[in-house]
Amino acid sequence: MSWIQNRFEEGLIVTSLDWALNWARMNSIWPMTFGLACCAIEMMALGASRFDLERFGAGAFRATPRQSDLMIVAGTVTYKMASRLRRLYHQMPDPKYVIAMGACTIGGGPYFKHGYHVVKGVDLIVPVDVYVPGCPPRPEALIEGIMRLQDKIKRETIAKAAEQKVGEPVPAGA
Amino acid sequence: MSVEQVIDALRGRFADLDFSPQPLLVRPDGTATEQMWVRVPPERLVEVMTFLKENEETLFDQLVDVTAIDYLNFPGAEDRYGVIYSLLSLVHGHRLWVKCFVNDPDPEVPSVTGVWVGANWLEREVYDMFGIRFQGHPDLRRILTWEGFPAWPLRKDYPLRGQGEREQYEVVTRESA
Repeated sequence: MSWIQNRFEEGLIVTSLDWALNWARMNSIWPMTFGLACCAIEMMALGASRFDLERFGAGAFRATPRQSDLMIVAGTVTYKMASRLRRLYHQMPDPKYVIAMGACTIGGGPYFKHGYHVVKGVDLIVPVDVYVPGCPPRPEALIEGIMRLQDKIKRETIAKAAEQKVGEPVPAGA
Repeated sequence: MSVEQVIDALRGRFADLDFSPQPLLVRPDGTATEQMWVRVPPERLVEVMTFLKENEETLFDQLVDVTAIDYLNFPGAEDRYGVIYSLLSLVHGHRLWVKCFVNDPDPEVPSVTGVWVGANWLEREVYDMFGIRFQGHPDLRRILTWEGFPAWPLRKDYPLRGQGEREQYEVVTRESA
């Protein structure tokens, strides 16, 4: 007898498939190698052995958006970079997530008042799932952000929402 | 080779120009730096620069920087913009600053990319920040800000609060991305 046989109630299969999908997704979030400024140093520290992002299955930094699930926007986003950032986001396959790391990406940070070149928050360009404040945030803070993103993925479902029509995309984290 | 000899060589070659050399800085105790700047009218700039680079006595073979100053509301200023060329001679070890004053509307100076190739990006940065056009530049585009940026951010009349604040835009959601 296999370990999975005779262990589930009837009608439990959809929930279990949800669970299996989410379990696979939340433990293999592959971030894109995308550092813009000083926050990227903390992101690199998180990927190195002391903090070890690989514990969360998110240590495989991909060199291309086509293989990434997560974009950690780490650093100051200038207006010139904004169009490139938006293009990179659209090149990522679904399901995709964005973490806004640091004060600059959340709201412009120190450039909020007088910066003529800084986007006042990366959520004006791409949809953001998790905001990690700090200037720059400690690697532990980014770990917290990744864990909150895992919580968000854990709540996803393949079932169609009550008022949604078939074929419409399900909002992530709904 | 001192800076005085460089200015003497300039005066010997261009007797009709008023270079009016001044020290870069006068300290609070009244002493001045040895480093000098000279003013050159825009229409003679390339001629003077070619002389400064190729003459055996001056031999300014390196253009260190091109920058500009907006003299709007500056006390005692006669012209709006000053384009500043910072020159260095690696052979003689002396330096000289050349200032070129231009005014609104349509501030324009000739490009020195024909003299020093490295002036290309430096002039593009001055154009990007001050809107001063460089006549004869091979590729005069913005270099730091994005294409289509409607203002010249380092001009003194640019608003300090900037343009395009956060509250003017919608936050992007998954549906609108």
